[in-house]
Amino acid sequence: MTAPSGFLFEGADWDFPTLQRIHDACEEISRSELGLDVYPNQIEVITAEQMLDAYSSVGMPLFYKHWSFGKHFAYQEAFYRKGFTGLAYEIVINSSPCISYLMEENTATMQALVIAHAAFGHNHFFKNNYLFRQWTDADGILNYLDFAKGYVAQCEERHGRLAVEQTLDAAHALMSHGIDRYPGKKKLDLRAEEKRAGKRRQHEESAFNDLWRTVPSGPAKSEASLNAERRRKLLGLPQENLLYFLEKVAPRLKPWQRELLRIVRHIAQYFYPQSQTKVMNEGTATYVHYRIMTSLHEQGRISDGNFLEFLQSHTNVVFQPDFDDQRFSGFNPYALGFAMMQDIERIVRNPDEEDHDWFPEIAGTGDALAVLRNVWANYRDESFISQFLSPRLMRHMRMFHLHDDPAETAGIRVDAIHDARGYRRLRRELARQYDVGYIDPNIEVLDVDLAGDRRLMLRHAVVKGARLNETDAKRVLQHLANLWSYDVSLVEVDITGSVLKEYVVNPRGLAAAA
Amino acid sequence: MHIVDRRLNPGSKSLENRQRFLRRAKALVKDAVKKSSEGRDIKDVLEGGEVSIPLDGMDEPRFRREGGTRDMVLPGNKKFVEGDILPRSGQSRGRASEPGEGDSEDAFRFVLSRDEFVDLFLDDLELPDLAKRKLAEAGGEGIHRAGYATSGSPANISVSRTARLALARRVALRRPRLEQIAELEAELADCDEDRRIVLMAEIAALKAKARRIPFIDPLDIRYRRFETLPKPVAQAVMFCLMDVSGSMTQHMKDLAKRFYMLLYVFLKRRYRHVEIVFIRHTDRAEEVDENTFFHDTASGGTLVSSALQAMHDIVRSRFRPADWNIYAAQASDGDNSGSDGEIAGRLLTEMILPVSQFFAYIEVGESDGNAFDTSDSSLWSLYERLRANGAPLSMRKVRNRSEIFPVFHDLFQRRGKQEMTAP
Repeated sequence: MTAPSGFLFEGADWDFPTLQRIHDACEEISRSELGLDVYPNQIEVITAEQMLDAYSSVGMPLFYKHWSFGKHFAYQEAFYRKGFTGLAYEIVINSSPCISYLMEENTATMQALVIAHAAFGHNHFFKNNYLFRQWTDADGILNYLDFAKGYVAQCEERHGRLAVEQTLDAAHALMSHGIDRYPGKKKLDLRAEEKRAGKRRQHEESAFNDLWRTVPSGPAKSEASLNAERRRKLLGLPQENLLYFLEKVAPRLKPWQRELLRIVRHIAQYFYPQSQTKVMNEGTATYVHYRIMTSLHEQGRISDGNFLEFLQSHTNVVFQPDFDDQRFSGFNPYALGFAMMQDIERIVRNPDEEDHDWFPEIAGTGDALAVLRNVWANYRDESFISQFLSPRLMRHMRMFHLHDDPAETAGIRVDAIHDARGYRRLRRELARQYDVGYIDPNIEVLDVDLAGDRRLMLRHAVVKGARLNETDAKRVLQHLANLWSYDVSLVEVDITGSVLKEYVVNPRGLAAAA
Repeated sequence: MHIVDRRLNPGSKSLENRQRFLRRAKALVKDAVKKSSEGRDIKDVLEGGEVSIPLDGMDEPRFRREGGTRDMVLPGNKKFVEGDILPRSGQSRGRASEPGEGDSEDAFRFVLSRDEFVDLFLDDLELPDLAKRKLAEAGGEGIHRAGYATSGSPANISVSRTARLALARRVALRRPRLEQIAELEAELADCDEDRRIVLMAEIAALKAKARRIPFIDPLDIRYRRFETLPKPVAQAVMFCLMDVSGSMTQHMKDLAKRFYMLLYVFLKRRYRHVEIVFIRHTDRAEEVDENTFFHDTASGGTLVSSALQAMHDIVRSRFRPADWNIYAAQASDGDNSGSDGEIAGRLLTEMILPVSQFFAYIEVGESDGNAFDTSDSSLWSLYERLRANGAPLSMRKVRNRSEIFPVFHDLFQRRGKQEMTAP
């Protein structure tokens, strides 16, 4: 150990004791100064190739095998080799212990930045944000992925690679609609889930008796009495979690196919909070790394030169090009998140009149970190923006709102700009851009024609005239029909209830799913 | 906190996923491989490289929305005020925010490794008539000397090296020599009492020192070291024979080149070492380098036998048939002077075919010519006749670039033993 007054590292080189020193220093600051509460950290040093590997399996350290990951790998690799894209400096996994991957070629300053960013910023967010607490099981995820990997491999052995692949293809196509959007009664416990899966199978196998098939089922309840209302109640309709619905209700799926759907569904659910908190997650991590690095520099533990190197990377990360810049591709979540958090800090510590009007609860309360910790714990992107985007920041980023109505031939209308009339509208519109309810098409299972040809009926509630891409919709519905094994129909209905388009797809048999 | 060093973990965790992807896209990738190999030199054709495949069948569909009224909030306003109407400029603005797979509508580009490339390239082809295949693959391990080692079996002790090291050590440590002691002892015989005591002590000290420093120490011992080395028997030579007389156009040469290219790749895959010999001929033959072979023109008549004779000479002087697998491919437009047929036929059946693994004749023609269909050329009818008499010849006619691969495929595809050399 170097003396507490000395630098943590000099120059660009680092070794494992250096990482340990950096981590300890960051931990000290994060605890005493920022009051963060994190999962234990596990820092893993990896090569560029391993980083590419991780990219292709959605950042997870282990995953089941599927060709689509190979495709992503090939894609990433081609781009990386040509130098079109750099690789991320780190990947962090929402698990306990919280695993951060660091690239071996980072300089010592970059490692410090990355440790502060991932191992403390993201880590705190994962552990404390309500969405992650509600929807993910950080302790169980790695075990569950391990189970999933083993289970898929086992299914391939028993039922053939092709059959498994087709089921997974179909499940992947529906992945974005395999999510429970509203909290259920109980918390997801993946470890127990894994045991339950085993027990369920065991019970099914032990309780199987072919005789039951031959027992006359008594006087059938008249179909008529089973009125539509009861049927829908029985099937849990309407249901927007298509994978859940298929897993529970699809008439001809084999038990292992249901289990595969369940696995894909659980994994989609695990990633659900991440897609809703991009701005906040990155904003938090960026804010935390900025605070920690600045603090380290103030304590004299990072040299001026290294601190300048940090500032350069930091500035690149939070760069927000203007809309007419070639590099523009939407809001940079790092930039927006970081700017908002800094803005909150300013409002709390040093408010002006406008802030008192707009944020009476927090303006001038003094303890910026208490406010921020509360924000980190209890908001997602949409609510965060709709409550904390200040007029000052809107002016600073010079935001404006465009309304593009295809029916309007004259062109695109500028609906609001950063002025007194526009602040609230701007904020509402920007928040809406981050609202999952608006991002994903709203598709739900409406009914099943049990009396007739067992057709599965879906409805897409069209918002603002945005219809489904036809080619893709047909392909996804084909997958859906293959799983359902009877016809599937999808109607697109606009807000007035008039039908815009109807798709009907017949199933094509899956490969002998014996 | 734990720090884990994962860098030493086995790499390419994605390899299996990648193979699954390639398996699924096999047909598409195969086409792409063929296409991308068209513009390459013979020796470069083996390198892997980037291919692009259409995404049909490889896509991962999702429910996506498009169209409708759109609202966006953007940063960086410069001059707009509320209520402004901006003219639409095509589709560009606001659409740019589709990262990642945004270009997935075109082709999907990725890089194949060398092995993957060649595997796909040569999928389901096989070498014909492998009379010498056993020999070729029996390669065998040779043993050769590789310096010295400090351990080994007693039989391998290198006496001279050991003695040399021992000598150096003895000199360095000043071990008394036997002569030195003998000299003193001789002096001892006739000297006075005082001197005697001094000498006795000196001799005793020298003897003790000699005992302490052994003549040969285990440290000195060296063993001869041997290494096994695969013997390069798996080698092949490929003869490219081509008629370069005036009647061969650039197009015809190009066709021939493509065929040679395929043959080279194919042989390279099977043999560790492949030599290529280019023989071009008009009415006399000469061995040339690749560039001259394909690009220089020469004029003169046409005597096929000259090329065959040249090949035979080269085989005799440089490539012993016992050590080399010999392949030959001849390309010509089919012209040959009438009197040459007899000699060429005899050379081929008696000298060349017996030592060759494979002899292919490719008759190239203009892409628009249909003279082929009406009458056979003189060379074609000569070879046809030889084959009818049982000579193991493979022959094909090619007119278009697109026919090359099918013809090649046709010649080398796996089939029953009896018809290996049948058309």
